[in-house]
Parts: sequence; C-alpha cells; structure tokens
Amino acid sequence: MTARDTGMNFSFNRVAAMVRRYWYLLRSSWPRILDLIYWPTVQMLMWGFLQVYISQNAGFFARAGGVFIGSVLLWDILFRGQLGFSISFLEEMYARNLGNIMMSPLRPAEFLLALMIMSIVRLSIGMIPVSILAIIFFGFNLWALGLALAAFFANLILTSWSVGVFVAGLLLRNGLGAESMAWTIMFLFLPLTCVYYPVAVLPDWLQYVAWALPPTYVFEGMRALLIDHVFRADLMLEAFAFNIVLFAAASLAFYALLWSARIHGSLLQTGE
Amino acid sequence: MDAHYTPAIAVDRLVKRYKGVGAVDGISFRLAVGSITGLLGGNGAGKTTTIAMIMGLVTPTSGTVSVLGAVMPRERYRVLHRMNFESPYVDMPMRLTVRQNLSVFAQLYAVPDIDGRIAELAADLDLTEFLDRPTGKLSAGQKTRVSLAKSLLNNPEVLLLDEPTASLDPDTADWVRSHLERYRRENNATVLLASHNMNEVERLCERVIIMKKGRIEDDDTPARLLSRYGRDDLEEVFLDVARGRRRSEAAQ
Repeated sequence: MTARDTGMNFSFNRVAAMVRRYWYLLRSSWPRILDLIYWPTVQMLMWGFLQVYISQNAGFFARAGGVFIGSVLLWDILFRGQLGFSISFLEEMYARNLGNIMMSPLRPAEFLLALMIMSIVRLSIGMIPVSILAIIFFGFNLWALGLALAAFFANLILTSWSVGVFVAGLLLRNGLGAESMAWTIMFLFLPLTCVYYPVAVLPDWLQYVAWALPPTYVFEGMRALLIDHVFRADLMLEAFAFNIVLFAAASLAFYALLWSARIHGSLLQTGE
Repeated sequence: MDAHYTPAIAVDRLVKRYKGVGAVDGISFRLAVGSITGLLGGNGAGKTTTIAMIMGLVTPTSGTVSVLGAVMPRERYRVLHRMNFESPYVDMPMRLTVRQNLSVFAQLYAVPDIDGRIAELAADLDLTEFLDRPTGKLSAGQKTRVSLAKSLLNNPEVLLLDEPTASLDPDTADWVRSHLERYRRENNATVLLASHNMNEVERLCERVIIMKKGRIEDDDTPARLLSRYGRDDLEEVFLDVARGRRRSEAAQ
C-alpha cells in the first residue's frame, strides 16, 4: 500500500478533490458568480463617485486621488477573502455534506487549505473585473501599485483566512447557530482598522487596539503610498508579524473548537 | 494475539455522556471480520451515538472503540480510508452531478482508477443513466443508491449503515438489501447496520444487538432471540425489549 493510500500524510490530492468540489458548485450556479461581482462593483462605484465629488470641492482630496477607491478595493480583499472562505465552508453545512467530509480521510489542515484556495478563486472572480471597472470609470489603476499591491494583498488575505479559520471552528462547534458570525464578524474590523481614515482620528486608547490588527498597517501603508507617494515596507513587515500571530491563534482556536465539537457531539448536529 | 483474529470493531465499556446525561452507558461488543450485525433500538437508545463513536465523529467519555486495530478517534486517519458509511441524515451536494460527486469522494479516498470504479458501481447499482444528472434532481430511491455507491467507492472493509433503507419503497429497499448482502459476501466486509426495520435486520444480519437507554439489552443471533422470547419475528422481540417485558413474561 502506498503512503498516499494510508491517509496518514498531508495529501495535496485530497486538497485538489475539495477544490474541484467547490469549483463544480460555483460553475453550476450563475447567481453565485454574479454575487461575487455585484457588491464589490456597487461599493466601488459609490465610493468612486463620492471621491470625484469631494475632490472637486476640497483641495486635500484633489491631491489624494484614489484614496477612497483604493480603500474600498483593499477592504473588499479583506472582507471578500473571509467571505469566500466561510461561504465555501457553509456550503457543506447547507448541503448536509459535512458528515461525509468529516468521515472521509480528509484531514482538517487539507480542508482548510482547500478553503483558502477557494477564497482566492472567488476573490479573483469578483475583484479582477471590479479593478478593471475602476480604471474605466475613475482612472484608478490598482495594478499600478505593483509590489506594494502584492504586499497589501498578502497581508489582507492572511488576515481574512485567520478570521475564516476561526469562524469555521465556531460553525463546527455551534452549527448553523453561528452562521451570522460568518457574515458579520469582519465588520468589527471596519472601524477599528481605519479603512477610510487615518489611525490618528481614533481616541488614544483605541489606537492601541487598531495597531494590534494587521489590516490597520495595510490601510495606513496605502494612504502613505497614495498621498505621500512613499511605500512603507516597515508597516508591511509589522503587519506580517501580527498576521503570523493571528493565524497561529486562529488555527489553535479551530483545533480546540473541533476537539470540543467531538466531545459535545456537534459534528452530528450541524443544524441550528 | 494473531492479527487474523483481531476483531474488525471492538467496543469496550463505552460510555458517552452529554452534560451529565447518559447517551451510551458502558456497552461492550466485538464484531468479527466479515460479519454482519444489526444494531436495534428505539429512538434515543444510543445507536447513532455508538456509530458516531465508531466513526470517530464523537469522543467517548470513557471506554474505548477500535476499528481494524486503530483506536478511535485518536488514530482515525490510520483507518478512515478502509471504512465508509451511509446514512439518510447526510446528503451529497445537490447541484453536483452524480459523476462529479462520486469522483470527488473517490479522490478523497484515493481510489486508483476513479472513472473505472464509478462505471463499475454505476452498472452494479443501476445508476449509469443518472451519472450526468444533478444529484438533487433524483428521486429518493435513486439518491439512496448514489449514497450507497459513495459508501462502496473505496471497497471498504468496514461499512457502517445507519438506516440504509429508510424512506424507500419496498421494492427499492429489497434491491438495496440484496446488493449489501452480495457486497459483504464477495468482499468479506464487516457490516454494522442500525435500523428500525426488523424484517431487514432479520434477513441480513447474523447477529443482533438490541440497545435500550444506552445499554445493551440483548445480543444474539436472530434465531436464538426469537426462541428465547418465544416470538415469531424480531418486531415482537423488539417490542418486548422496548416495553420492558422480561423474557420469561414475553414467552408466556
């Protein structure tokens, strides 16, 4: 018997099986694909036109072209990255397929990796067309940020996966009763990570909280780039360090919640 | 002990409590390789919890479960690829076609020739014409056959079945039973079958374990149970156990 057959080792073959499963689902349903593009487009258009209006009436915003659109696009990477992860997980619960998955040789780490890959696939389907629309409508080229965009993206997607991993653990432990967390948990990050305004706007004590969250460094870094035309590598490295800690904590929480789910029999009852 | 005599499933003083309430209360049994055993009991008797502990989905409060020599759930990844299960309480993704669903699970179980195995099972289970149809568009009987195909994809040595013929019409149910019987015989597989259908258990099983309130009330061959309770069929035996009639009373 080969090592692959024993189910003892991490298997990219099983990860590929899960990615294939989600891909089949996605391509079989046009409303699912439309949903990936619809809200990011609406958001980008609203904030883009708002920025056009403000820049015509305020000198500072005229100089800081693209900050709002940049903010909304980066926020969508963070938000949609987590949603892409969590929705793929929820699909198993909606389909009552989690029992089949948990009884198969698929290991939790393989399951999580498949969900991470799907979050990038879903994000790409939504964000690539929206970023092109931003060029067409507002002349804002996200891709022109180059290496900085890569650093922003890597940090934001890491945070989104950490939150997704934690939510998956909550769903395993508490069933669909925790579903609302999947849809709303990221909004806690919206005011605290200072997506649309500088950290300095927050009260002093809240600034400590903000600087403990990796996306704050990304949004500050984006403003430094678009307003002062400076790429702050130091901020990206700090964000990465916080992301490593956050991802490790989320993974530990996931395994603890999975362990608890086996104790409490929650894997059998994934309903409300 | 000679590996040949290692039981396929060994359950030893197994206890499961949820927040102090007992679901399974100190049961023990061993299932020999190639045997087919029925697990009977009313609602809340502890059948599903017992099967879940055997599958490694639930951690016992105390006691041990081992499957093919692996202690569950700690060593489950040693044996999950040699087991499978079927239950009406889980579904397969409805939007995926039957072929897509089976091929995803075949890949998860590292089945060597996926297309060949799917074609073989589809022919066996009369699914060939449905392979490219979305699973959600199938009838209940056809879905059960798809679930059965999924449970046999990896030629499991241990097959756990939780009410495999629930909600099926008598003809389809009989057809499923015949297939299970044949699979077990041809593959020397160990089958544990939880069911409320006494005819099914009587026909398929060479041994019956009757549970009540988390405990094993009786454990024997169908023939000996009928004789001991002085009954003509297992349904009457089941009612005797469920209603707490003693064997001697039942026989009178």
